[in-house]
Amino acid sequence: MELFDWSLVSSTIRMVTPILLAALGGALCSRVGIFNVGLEGLILVGAFSAIVGNHFTGSLLLALLFAALVTVLFSLLFAYMTIGLRANEIVVGVAINFLGLGLTTFALRAVFDVKGAFYDKDMAGLPQWQIPLIKDIPVLGDIISGHSPLVYFAFLAAVLLHFFFTRTVTGFRALAVGMNATAARSLGLKATRLQVLAIVMCGVLCGMAGAQLSLGQVTMFTEGMTAGRGFIALVAMMLGQAHPLGILASSFLFGLMDALSIRLQGFSLPTQFTAMLPYVLTIAAMFFLKDKGASSAGSSQQSTR
Amino acid sequence: MENRLEMRGMTKRYGDFTANDNVSFTLKEGEVHAIVGENGAGKTTLMRMLYGMEQPTAGEIAVNGKPVVFRGPEDAIRHGIGMVHQHFMLFPDFTVAENIVIGYEPQRKGLFQRKEAASAVRSLSERYRIPINENAKVSSCSVGEQQRVEILKVLYQGADIIVLDEPTAVLTPLEVKELLQTIRHLAESGKSVILITHKLQEVMEVADRVTVLRGGRVTGTVSRSETNADDLARMMVGRELQQLSDRVRLEGKPLLRVQGLNVREKQTLVDDVTFSVHHGEIVGIAGVSGNGQSELLEALTGLRAVSEGKVYLGEKDVTGQSVAAIREAGLAHIPEDRYLWGTAKRESVEENALMGYQRKPEYMRRGVVLRSKFRRVVEEWVERFAIKTGSLHLKEQAGNLSGGNLQKLIVARELGQNTPLLIAAEPTRGVDIGAMEYIHQALLEKRNNGDGILLVSSELTEILALSDRILVMYKGRIAGELTRSEATEEKISVLMAGGSVYGSSQAAM
Repeated sequence: MELFDWSLVSSTIRMVTPILLAALGGALCSRVGIFNVGLEGLILVGAFSAIVGNHFTGSLLLALLFAALVTVLFSLLFAYMTIGLRANEIVVGVAINFLGLGLTTFALRAVFDVKGAFYDKDMAGLPQWQIPLIKDIPVLGDIISGHSPLVYFAFLAAVLLHFFFTRTVTGFRALAVGMNATAARSLGLKATRLQVLAIVMCGVLCGMAGAQLSLGQVTMFTEGMTAGRGFIALVAMMLGQAHPLGILASSFLFGLMDALSIRLQGFSLPTQFTAMLPYVLTIAAMFFLKDKGASSAGSSQQSTR
Repeated sequence: MENRLEMRGMTKRYGDFTANDNVSFTLKEGEVHAIVGENGAGKTTLMRMLYGMEQPTAGEIAVNGKPVVFRGPEDAIRHGIGMVHQHFMLFPDFTVAENIVIGYEPQRKGLFQRKEAASAVRSLSERYRIPINENAKVSSCSVGEQQRVEILKVLYQGADIIVLDEPTAVLTPLEVKELLQTIRHLAESGKSVILITHKLQEVMEVADRVTVLRGGRVTGTVSRSETNADDLARMMVGRELQQLSDRVRLEGKPLLRVQGLNVREKQTLVDDVTFSVHHGEIVGIAGVSGNGQSELLEALTGLRAVSEGKVYLGEKDVTGQSVAAIREAGLAHIPEDRYLWGTAKRESVEENALMGYQRKPEYMRRGVVLRSKFRRVVEEWVERFAIKTGSLHLKEQAGNLSGGNLQKLIVARELGQNTPLLIAAEPTRGVDIGAMEYIHQALLEKRNNGDGILLVSSELTEILALSDRILVMYKGRIAGELTRSEATEEKISVLMAGGSVYGSSQAAM
């Protein structure tokens, strides 16, 4: 087995998907001026509810819808606390992460009566789409074709989000709210509504990220199966400067590390060691981010009069 | 001629406090009507009621003869009233055109038509002769350009009545001149302009009529041709203005010595600056803002790292010392930006006053601040500087004070330190005539007592009125030095623009 071959690219594309989806959700929030550190919890809730939906309806489409719905409800909690109650968004985000972990662990026992992990061999995972024509191209066909629909959705979402911000009026106004909420309100823009909308969309994206985790590769749920991907998504979002195409690039970097770490296990390196790779890269990425941290509005304080 | 706007018997009370008492005001088509008054005279309250941001306790507003009620700024905008705020409401990462059309974007099927926006802005800018570059990012625009963006924005929104709130406070002398021309041109093309200001020269230059407010009441409405700046000042303050006291001639020892100071950060911000301030001397630093004055002050006060050079305070080398150590060595500082450096906006007046005193043995015993003892000192400052603190008095949030009153608090605090050296950056920015008079007098008294003052101001009149020597900064360097007797507004302006003045003494120790 070689370290680098074409199947590594293919597995990178699979690994990148949950990170990309969640990072795009984080970018939406960041662009309207909300720093959402609750991505991890939202993904976990999405992963669990996708399994629940699948188990009880037997339909993958309904499972995805259920995952989206539950995650949106969860993100509305975040929206209510940060915007409605004006609580500190970092604190609320951390709370959402712990709540997500605790609630899914509890519900795993309550619903399926198992500890640690739920696995049902009869449960169908997301299908692998074989794209006509492209699948027959050598090498490229293996890389591009044969992924779950959510993989394609993730890449489409990045492009759509880019279009939304650069071309639509609503996207333009959303950016305005993130840049200077006071000024946006003075123009009569519906700042709060745009912020809630962004958080809801972030919920949908995180729900899909979770569904890809629990139904995409394997068809199972384990406690805390996100394993920090929500935080990696947060770093990918910052490294990509909250720009959808930048996030595409940075998520790829992290996806590659994820895929590499699995590949390295084949080289009889200890799992604990290879699993560190994405996080080592995260720390390395911080060096590039050091001057580019989200520029706060603190320097442009305005008089209240 | 019909009045475009009429406000009759406007009254606004906050509890026991009456901010506006039966104020009436009319505005004709194509007229520039200035509203002048000291801080707290009620100018802002009146305009907030006009713009729908406050509801009047009594009184009525009529636009084009029809009575109207404004519940919010949207209502006011819909009736053709546009406000250019003192603090700009702009989005730095957007282009000029985007900033102007936001909220009323040209769109097709939800898609933002940026080309249409740019051409609409272009034609608007040509029509009103307000030059801008519609494709530039606002963050790269000068303050003057940003203000033009704000004016074009209200014109784009269809305003016939344009309210300019202290528009010249942040501008360079050249930009002020351009703005006044723009205001005249707007009036000639049929717009009506309300100009809120306390700079009387500008009023005399541009206004058709002037309404003076004092203590929430109208003291008079006069046409410009029937009045002059002195009369207006008297109406505003309610008494004769005093002359500054004479300056005592003092030959003091050097107090602050700056040698070959450099501040670099990617580019050179302060370039080989050498000068000194003696006891009993006010040294003024003039210059268009952004030519290194701020960085120089930050380096002197310890807020920014010195790249090269030395700073001596008295005999002590204070180069690169901490802010506290430099202050301890005998320096007080009225900072340029009162919100960023000068105050904690969300804390109380009392705590803001306390800043810098909390470790002094008079006010601290075994680590506990003696608040009641200190409170008496603050009360005295509030009294002496006539600081209007609002209903909660010393417990009021500093951010709720008007800009001028907050400035007075900072000036009182820093003068109270009684240090040999005072650095005063824009000490009277945004304060009214009465307070300015008082602050100038206080600075001069400090000088006459043998203390040294380094004054940085973008107001040439202030520099000329107070300084014994004037240094002009241009691109981080000292472009020239003038003594009090040889300095004129023209000479300084030339140096500020990068020219040279012959016959002036060279910058020297």
